[in-house]
Formats: sequence, structure tokens, C-alpha cells
Amino acid sequence: MAEHATTWAISNSWLTLALPLAAFLVNGLLLGRRAPRAAAAFAVLANLAAAVVAVLVARDYFAPAQPAPLLAWSCPWLELPHFAGGLTLSLGCWLDPLSVMMLVLITVISTLVHLYAAGYLRGDPGFGRFFALLPFFAFAMTGLVIAPDLIQLYIFWELVGLASYVLIGFWYTKPSAVEASKKAFVITRFADAFFLIGIALVATVLGTVQFAAVNAPAAGAALAQPVAFGGHSFSLLALAAVLLFAGGWGKSALFPLHVWLPDAMEGPTPVSSIIHSATMVVAGVFLTARLFPLFAAAGSALFLAETLGAFTALLAALMACVQTDIKRVLAYSTLSQLGFMMFALGVADPAAPAGYTAALFHVFTHAFFKCMLFLCAGLLIHAAHTHDLRGMGGLRRKLPLTHAATLVGCLALAGLWPLSGFFSKDAILAAAWTSGKPWIFAVGLATSVLTAFYMARLYLLAFAGASRAGGRDAHAHEDPLMALPVAVLAVPSAAAGWCAEKFFTHHLLPPGATAGHAAHAAWVPWVALGAALAGLLFAAFRYGRGFVPGAPRHPAVRVAYNRFYVDELWLVFAHWFMFTLVAAPAKWFDSVIIDGTLDTSAWLLQKCGALQRAWQNGHVQRYLAAMLAGLLALYLLGVLLP
Amino acid sequence: MNLTNCLVLAALVFACGVFGLLRSRHIINLLISIELMLNAVMINFIAFAHFRAADPTAGSVFVIFIIALTSAEMAVALAVVMALYRQRHPLDVERMKRLRG
Repeated sequence: MAEHATTWAISNSWLTLALPLAAFLVNGLLLGRRAPRAAAAFAVLANLAAAVVAVLVARDYFAPAQPAPLLAWSCPWLELPHFAGGLTLSLGCWLDPLSVMMLVLITVISTLVHLYAAGYLRGDPGFGRFFALLPFFAFAMTGLVIAPDLIQLYIFWELVGLASYVLIGFWYTKPSAVEASKKAFVITRFADAFFLIGIALVATVLGTVQFAAVNAPAAGAALAQPVAFGGHSFSLLALAAVLLFAGGWGKSALFPLHVWLPDAMEGPTPVSSIIHSATMVVAGVFLTARLFPLFAAAGSALFLAETLGAFTALLAALMACVQTDIKRVLAYSTLSQLGFMMFALGVADPAAPAGYTAALFHVFTHAFFKCMLFLCAGLLIHAAHTHDLRGMGGLRRKLPLTHAATLVGCLALAGLWPLSGFFSKDAILAAAWTSGKPWIFAVGLATSVLTAFYMARLYLLAFAGASRAGGRDAHAHEDPLMALPVAVLAVPSAAAGWCAEKFFTHHLLPPGATAGHAAHAAWVPWVALGAALAGLLFAAFRYGRGFVPGAPRHPAVRVAYNRFYVDELWLVFAHWFMFTLVAAPAKWFDSVIIDGTLDTSAWLLQKCGALQRAWQNGHVQRYLAAMLAGLLALYLLGVLLP
Repeated sequence: MNLTNCLVLAALVFACGVFGLLRSRHIINLLISIELMLNAVMINFIAFAHFRAADPTAGSVFVIFIIALTSAEMAVALAVVMALYRQRHPLDVERMKRLRG
């Protein structure tokens, strides 16, 4: 363990958080409405500055041979002396290999996406608003990865959810976008509720929320202490781990909570791009990696990660194979890749952390090529004026840069040597094999074939053959502002694999694990490559000669096209659970008890009023009669009572 | 002829007046009813003055005073009634809405 020299970058690492926040505030309050172009420029520059700071932080942080985690700065904002023996909450910046890697990834990708969005949304009435919200997204995600404790992580976790909500629903006059944003928010909130319960549980038992303490072996032991409850005694450890994992379950869109992610395509393409690469969905993977020692001690969460991850990977790949909307194909591929990352984390354990390293390696490489693929999809949509792959085709000559970048991205995602995806996917498959779980390995391999197939299908449908746009693509061109980020991203998409592999195996290990040379089955890369080639060849065979998918006819295809009816199952569940069990009793209570009480009191007042109105009628003779009756009554009282 | 008979007579006349006042809607009938009630009161005064008072003059003075007052009141009331009648107003009190504040 080497001491860090306190350099300028490390002591000012808070700038990575403050700069996007400044862009959000300045653009939201001042520039957004009045000077949208200045707002865009400011947002891009603020993010660029944050990226520069992040890169400098990374350079200084990794300068020693074995960098130790360090708290670069922190300011306490809440003291709870009576909660579980004293709890201090602070806003801080916790630097360890994981957070520094994520910091660089987020700031770099966010800068490029901002630049792209300046071209993509040119002329949009919400241009200024967009450049207030997108830095907010970057700010939230940055705060999430540098969080030194669970509470800060949770706060920024929810801010990420909020930012994704406003950005997916950016075109708020479009009903489908509003629906999609609501869906994303509600589903992730549903998972976050469990996450919050998990945090409360951990904080109550341990009296601390610091990651350093939560991940220590003592924390696992303290949580594993049997607790007496209702005559039984059981350990809270497994429960706490599953509750904490549930947060990542929703955010990283694992089955069956994956339904929000494909609909999130309703947002502008730059938003999809950033959601699918560096923010939002990787938050779940990040959380699992962050709490890895605790999860490993519990076992339950990692088992869930491995099972759900493998299942989601395969299911989403099957769905991606038959979709015709270009952004949906990419969305399902993201789901599938998230499944890869999750099961890689699931198969890892502190003694053999290859899966952990591989998952984060895949987060890193995937972010670049997926971001680029989405940006390319945006260029394609601009050129062909449709989302539908069946309405594209033949765009190779019109969009040469997009063509080259998409090709690189597709092959990287398919896992072809020497592009980045090959290295990370190979690492994941190798980790799955060496962990002694062959069925996970088999699922991963099958998914690899499917991945290569659907990416090649996307590429061939969009670029090969003759144009099917029917003249819509006559003015297809590549906007320089949009082309530049694509060109920049093409470099890491191609090269991040072999450049960064050593770095990841050396530095990105779970706390407490040491870098050892894991036994790497030499045949795994060849098998992975073979799987990718098989998928590519099959796609080339099927779509290479101008075959265009029509409406899905085969029952199996139709089931996959309709997303295995998971959305419909959710609808049924939502109807049953929400409407019958929650909404109907609530409505009964509202209409009978609350409305009934009010209605009855109003009715009573009305009747009293009517009674009084009868006396105040303006007929002098009735007044006279009343007066006489009163006199008579008084007289009788006077006579009878004494 | 004793005090009780006089008081019963006065009560009957007063009751007639009250009945007329409550039941009738014609303004002339109302004026007549008021007059009846005042007369009942005067009968009481005279009866008490005659049978009980040490000096019967006091009761008679009151009665004369009331008669004078009633005449003045009737003069004013009948003048109002005549004015209303000349302007083709209905003389039904329920329909006399123009003077309502």
C-alpha cells in the first residue's frame, strides 16, 4: 500500500461533481431559455472540464503501484447521535480503483454525448432545457460513483432515477414518451423501496453506512448474528444482501424488472445513449460491485445476480433477434450485456475475483461501443427519418463515417478479435467456466452467438442492399457536431480491450483480494470467437442477400417479437395487485368513508339551514304568530314551573 | 255583571282580533282586527277601573287617550290605504311588495 501524494487533482476531485451541477444550475436558471446555444456550449465545456479533472485524478490516483482507497474530501451534513449509536452523514468523494474508473468513464462519455446532442437536437424547442437536464444526469451519476457511504449513494441513486425520468419524458407532449418515463420511474422506484429498506437494515444493525465498514468482514459477521423474532432465530445477512441487491435489480433492468428499459427509447437518442452506456443501467452493476464483499459473504445476492443475469442475457438476446426498431434492437442488446455483467459478478468470489474484474471490464468496453452504436443509430434515424430497420438499407455510401463506426461497434459487441468487446466477453466467459458453473458458461456462449447474430442483422439491414427509404434519405448527411463524438468513440471501441486488459486485471479487484493469475482455460477465447463467427455467418447467410423481415409470422418469432409477453404479465399483475388489492379498497374508503362523512355533514347543515329559512320568510303574519306562540309559551312556563 | 264577565268578554274580543290579524290578508280586515284588539284592552281598563280602582278616573283617562291615539292612527292608515287603492295597488298584504326594503 502506497501513500498518495495529495496532488491538485485529487484534492479538487469535487470539481467532477461541481462542474456538471454548475452547468445544470446556470443553464436551468439563466441560459436555457434566453441563450440556448450558449447553454449548450457551457454544458459541453463544463463536462469537458470535469472529464479533464477526472483523467487527472485517475493519473494521480494510479501513480502508486498499489493505490489504496482514499477519502478525497468530505463534509458532514447531518449528525444522528441517537441512531444506532451515532451516525454521521456526509457528502464526500471516495476514490478507489472502481470509482476512479467509473468517474473517467462517465465524464468522458457524458462530454461526447453533450457534444452530439448539440447537433442532434438543433432546432428543438426544448434545446435549452435539454442542456440543463443532461448535465444534471451526469452530476447525479458522478455523485453516485464517488459516494463513500450508502446514504450518499442512495441520494444520488434517486437523483439518477429522477434525471432519467425527466429525460426519457423530454418530449412531454408525446403520450408514449410520458408513458415510458412514468414506467421507468415507477419500476425503478419499486426496486429502490427494497434498497432503502436494506440500507435501513444495515444501518440499524451495524450503526454505520460507510462502505469501508460495510464491506469489512466484521460487518458480514455482525449481520450474520442470529436475531430472535417471533420465537425463531435467523440471520439477517442473506435478507439484507438481497434487499440491497434489489436496487440494482431494478436499475440494471434484470428480469422481470427489465420492461422499462426498451420503452426508455422514447427519449431523445443522446439520452438513450447515455442511459445505456455510462449512467443509469450500469448503476446496478456498480452497486453490486461496490458491495461485493458483503454480497459474497451473504451468497444469496450473488446467486440472484448469477441466475437472473444469465436468464436476462439469454432472454433479451432472443428478443433482440426479431425486433425491427433499430433502437429497440440496441436496447435489448444492452439488457443482454447487463445480464452478462451481472452473472460475471455472480460467479466471482473474493478468492477468485476474475468474474468481478471481467464484469467491470465489460462495463468499461461496453460503455464505449454501446454509446457509439446509439449515436450512430441517431445519425441513421436523422438520415432515414424512421426508426424501422425495414425502412433503411443502402446507407453505406451516404453515411460513410456512421457505416464504419457501426461496423466497429457491431463487431465489438459481437466479440470479434481484436475489438474491445472480445476481450471483456472472453474474460466473462472464462470466469464463468473457471468458477465451475458450466451451465452459466453455456448460457453465456449461446448468448454470444445470438449477440453476433442480431448485431450483424442490424448492420446488414441498415447499410447493405438497396435503399428502402423511398426517397426519405435523399438529404442524408452527417452533421459534424454529431460525427465528431462518433469518430472519437470509435477509437476506444476498437482499442479499449487490449489496452486496458492489464489495467483491469491488476487494479480492479474486490477489496481484500490480491491480484493473482487466475487459471485461464486457453481454449475459451477460441470458443468465444467461434461463437461470434457462427452468429455473424448465420446473419450474413440470412440477411446478406437482401432478405427483409416482414411481419412476424412464426409463433416462436411472434412470442419473441412481443417480448415474451412480460409486459402483459406485468399489466395483469399490476391490474390484479394495484387495482384490485390496493386501488379498489382505497377507492371504497375514499368514496364511502371520506366522501360519506363530508356528504353527511353537508346534508345536515343544509337541513338545518332549510329549517331556519322557514322562520325568516318575510311574512309578517307568521312572525306575529310566532311571537304570540312565544308569549304563550313564556306565560305557560311562568305559570307551570313555579 | 262582574269583573270576571268583563274580562272574559275582553279576552274573547282580543282573541277575535288576533284571529283576524293572523288569518286575513286584506289590509282593511287587518286594521279592523287591530281595532278589535285595542278595544279589548280598553274593556279591560274600564272593567278594572270600575270594579277595583280607588279612583275610576285614572282608567277612563287612559281609555280616552287610547281612543284619541287610535283615531289618529286610523286616519294615517286609511290615508295610506286610500293612496294605495288609487294607484291600483292590490290591498292584499302578501302582494304588497313595493314598500319592501
